[in-house]
Amino acid sequence: VGHVVLAINGAEVNGRFTADGKDVLEFLGNPANYPVSIRFGRHRLSSNEKLMLASMFHSLFAIGSQLSPEVGSSGIEMLETDTFKLHCFQTLTGIKFVVLADPRQAGIDSLLRKIYEIYSDFALKNPFYSLEMPIRCELFDQNLKLALEVAEKAGPFGPGS
Amino acid sequence: QNSELFTLTYGALVTQLCKDYENDEDVNKQLDKMGYNIGVRLIEDFLARSNVGRCHDFRETADVIAKIAFKMYLGITPSITNWSPGGDEFSLILENNPLVDFVELPDNHSSLIYSNLLCGVLRGALEMVQMAVDVKFVQDTLKGDSVTEIRMKFLRRIEDNLPAGEE
Repeated sequence: VGHVVLAINGAEVNGRFTADGKDVLEFLGNPANYPVSIRFGRHRLSSNEKLMLASMFHSLFAIGSQLSPEVGSSGIEMLETDTFKLHCFQTLTGIKFVVLADPRQAGIDSLLRKIYEIYSDFALKNPFYSLEMPIRCELFDQNLKLALEVAEKAGPFGPGS
Repeated sequence: QNSELFTLTYGALVTQLCKDYENDEDVNKQLDKMGYNIGVRLIEDFLARSNVGRCHDFRETADVIAKIAFKMYLGITPSITNWSPGGDEFSLILENNPLVDFVELPDNHSSLIYSNLLCGVLRGALEMVQMAVDVKFVQDTLKGDSVTEIRMKFLRRIEDNLPAGEE
């Protein structure tokens, strides 16, 4: 329940169709295609859903710092659940970088700062990227992916472990 | 790494604007606008790389601008002088300005503020950290002054869209 098909035999699935245009239900209905390996998982968020959730978080962040009994609260820096940790870094300009990670993952602070650098390089220095719009810059994606890989390798005990 | 390409590029930009717009005032406005668009992006690069925290007063801002920002992006360190009694205005004195290496202003462009891009950059960058400022050249070596002087005035804190926790 709440899960969808993410991939069939390794090929990613988007809605009812695979990347090469096969209809998933048709494919699964044909015994000639068995054995078949199916990857299930939680539904991946669409861009619009991400935008909505992000703006909700933005409001919660503001509420968080207003509720704080101390003056000059930094706002929500971390949200911990049993399955993930949400880390948030707010820049002096009000931009928030949010990372969702395994609760035991270390090195997220430096990852957040690295992402700030990647944003200032590959998004902002791309003159064709308009501020406040979703970032659809390949170099940004590539470098972000690299940074995530580095952070993941660091594992639960930080880099060098 | 020499700055000739940079100087030439800036020069090409200014002369093209002079051709496109018929008077110096319009060119000045365009330079300021372009500078502003650069400033709102450059601030993030600056914050990401320099790691400076929020300035507590305009004096700190002046220090950061002169000693860190100018050094980082133009390789020069202007001096800070002429503070107003209220601490809301100061001048940056530039002994040399990389933008104007080899440049001479002709007589028919006497109202042109050649380096006006810089004013826009500073204005745009500071606006993103919630400071409304007025920035203008009051002395210019291109116009025969002995130094180039940029006057910066703090107007007000920008209250809308404050990052949470900054109230």
